[in-house]
Amino acid sequence: MKPFRYQAPSSVDAAVEAVEPMGVPGQGGAFLAGGTTLIDLMKLSVATPPSVTDIKNLSLDGIEEADGEVRVGARVTMAEAASHPIFLDRAPVLSDALWKAASPQLRNVATLGGNILQRTRCPYFRDNVSPCNKRDPGSGCAAIGGINRLLAVLGTSESCIATYAGDFANALILFDTTVETHRAAEGPRQIELEDLHVLPEDHPERETVLADDELITGYRFRLPDWARRSVYVKARDRESYAFALASAAVALDLDGETIREARIGLGGVATVPWRAREAEDFLKGKTVSEETGLQAGRIAFESAQGYEHNAFKIPLGRQVVAKAIFDAARKDVSGSAGQSEGAN
Amino acid sequence: MAVTRRSFLGGTATAGASALAGVAGAARQAIAQEVDDAGGESVDVSLVINGVTYERRLDTRTSLLDLLREELDLTGTKVGCNHGQCGACTVLMNGTRINSCLTLAAMADGARITTIEGVASAEGELHPMQAAFLEHDGFQCGYCTPGQIVSAIGCVKEGHATSEAEIREYMSGNLCRCGAYKGITEAIMEAREATHSSEVGGQS
Repeated sequence: MKPFRYQAPSSVDAAVEAVEPMGVPGQGGAFLAGGTTLIDLMKLSVATPPSVTDIKNLSLDGIEEADGEVRVGARVTMAEAASHPIFLDRAPVLSDALWKAASPQLRNVATLGGNILQRTRCPYFRDNVSPCNKRDPGSGCAAIGGINRLLAVLGTSESCIATYAGDFANALILFDTTVETHRAAEGPRQIELEDLHVLPEDHPERETVLADDELITGYRFRLPDWARRSVYVKARDRESYAFALASAAVALDLDGETIREARIGLGGVATVPWRAREAEDFLKGKTVSEETGLQAGRIAFESAQGYEHNAFKIPLGRQVVAKAIFDAARKDVSGSAGQSEGAN
Repeated sequence: MAVTRRSFLGGTATAGASALAGVAGAARQAIAQEVDDAGGESVDVSLVINGVTYERRLDTRTSLLDLLREELDLTGTKVGCNHGQCGACTVLMNGTRINSCLTLAAMADGARITTIEGVASAEGELHPMQAAFLEHDGFQCGYCTPGQIVSAIGCVKEGHATSEAEIREYMSGNLCRCGAYKGITEAIMEAREATHSSEVGGQS
């Protein structure tokens, strides 16, 4: 690990002042929360920040709801959020996406602010040797012609096919979430979660619209009553503690067996958190059935491009979408306010 | 005094170790110099580990795992993958299980840490989870066992040991390459009630 300076300021203002941006993505100082991605990458010398700014003393805590809006602090841990009643009961897809990710030890420290910014698990990015446009801009992409079984089929470019590795963002994106951030000179701003990540295109080293000195401080979103009818289906190589081969976050607004509105997020298959809007539009007014679900899956993967070892993700992903729609439709929401769906 | 594996190995290596201590000290000095040259820094930490307060000045790169093993000689906590994938380094931080390999010692400044050395009673009576692992053969080679036991205590305290299926899901952060999962699961099933009411590191 490269030497670095460590600081733990006690206010957001002090933290964004202290972080030492360098103007080149990945070259400047880094914010540190749970550390489960950053320290891992620092051990591999893939991340080599000259300084680390630990935000442990910032009061970015708590999950609260006021005036129908949920606000979540960026330092809330995955474990804390997964078991919070608002996540568990009101939008199970959010809780599912959290407890089906990582391991209990990691979830106890990993924060929601850092989780959204989780880096790819592309083996060529992590090996610190192979050509990789994300790690070393302009060096090429070893993954496209390499062992790309775990890599993306949606949102790829000729420069990069690295999968966005997270789960939580694929669920949070269903609820039109706003990300709250803070910068040194500019102060606070708000970014729609759907606009936070950027496609790799010709510059895969740029992963988000965040500035180097910009700190995520929290999230805000509204949960419709029917968010209770939501699931996160995650297909993976082993039953627990593995990254998604394909995953789908689905929430359904049902009128009997008819779909009023559907929201679909995809994971494990795309370069960024992915909202399958065409498939959502298709489902409007349709009756829940296996065929409807599979057709939505086909639409969700219409623009997908498979590579030598990962083309299986396309048929797998279609079926994961279908299963998630089916599971959401069959979800028992009795005993919760989800029963009064007809009330709109 | 009983001869333990560690005291035996330590005894046979005494001659070599005293020579090595000087080398290690010089190496640490050299590393500190390299850090200063590179513009890095050291950091002062104070932690309560198994009820004992330790204060150290450390290279900022020192992980909590490094601190335990290399500085404090608390070698019960094991190095496995060193990347948060295997759970061999699991300790409790303020009562919550974490991977000490992915935690900088600086991040744990001011925290209360419990390692495998701190789960038995002060009188040396095994923690119910330790006893249950022995009873059910919850190990084979034993390397992952300290992490498994500390993680199991954390799992029960979190309330995620209500069924065998839940135990398997919530112990998935601890790998056992010998495949002793059956015994591990049985041990947790047996010890969960006693663990709920147990005190660990002076904390219930």
